[in-house]
Amino acid sequence: MPALRDIVVAIRSDADIVSARQQGRSLATAIGFSATDATLIATAISELARNIVMYAGQGEVMMNSVEVSHRMGIVLGARDSGPGIRSIEDVLRDGYSTSGGLGLGLPGVKRLMDEFAIESELGQGTLVTVKMWLK
Amino acid sequence: MEVPILKQGRFLIATIQAALSDADLLQLRRALIDKVIHFRSNGVIIDVTALDVMDSFATRTLRDITNMIRLRGADTVIVGIQPEVAFAMVQLGLTMEGVATALDLEEGLAHLQQRATGKS
Repeated sequence: MPALRDIVVAIRSDADIVSARQQGRSLATAIGFSATDATLIATAISELARNIVMYAGQGEVMMNSVEVSHRMGIVLGARDSGPGIRSIEDVLRDGYSTSGGLGLGLPGVKRLMDEFAIESELGQGTLVTVKMWLK
Repeated sequence: MEVPILKQGRFLIATIQAALSDADLLQLRRALIDKVIHFRSNGVIIDVTALDVMDSFATRTLRDITNMIRLRGADTVIVGIQPEVAFAMVQLGLTMEGVATALDLEEGLAHLQQRATGKS
């Protein structure tokens, strides 16, 4: 397995969302994920990057390969310095939205990936970290 | 990336040819509504075979397009949702309730023709 570069995609507009998910798909394929899993990963990136554009205006999506006890996976981070999330419990509930959207973003991403973590501080920003492991 | 829209008799066919940004999707929405009104179309096919991802925004926009076109008395069929894209949509919790879908362009056209015959 060749060493994979840590990829950071700056997210400032909706065009960056497309770029981030395409780079994520390439990385997922390079790690060895199937076309189906690569699509799940690309979809998760799309939702995370859109949250950045919608709620924080700008931020970045980081992606890298990860290996734990001979198990390969992909780790994605979506970071912004936006307003932060008032109630993490609320945003993880299906159908909850402050933007008039479908309210499926974060709970949906949680279902797409194997691991999900979120840190947020009001006025400081938000970091969502997700992982998927090769089966 | 503008989506080409072809007129075929009373039907319109929009073929998405690459990944679309949110702005592209909204542009497609505007263009389709304009053309449905202009040509008095009674059926629209949106071919999404080339879409890499159908996330919540894309799904909502396609559903909005379908609803708007329905208010004009015309039908919309979404064709070509790829198997892995369909899988991701379901995992994400997205549904296309109330939106007609078909396997490919041919089946989409057959669906519209059937609807058109049923109405007359």
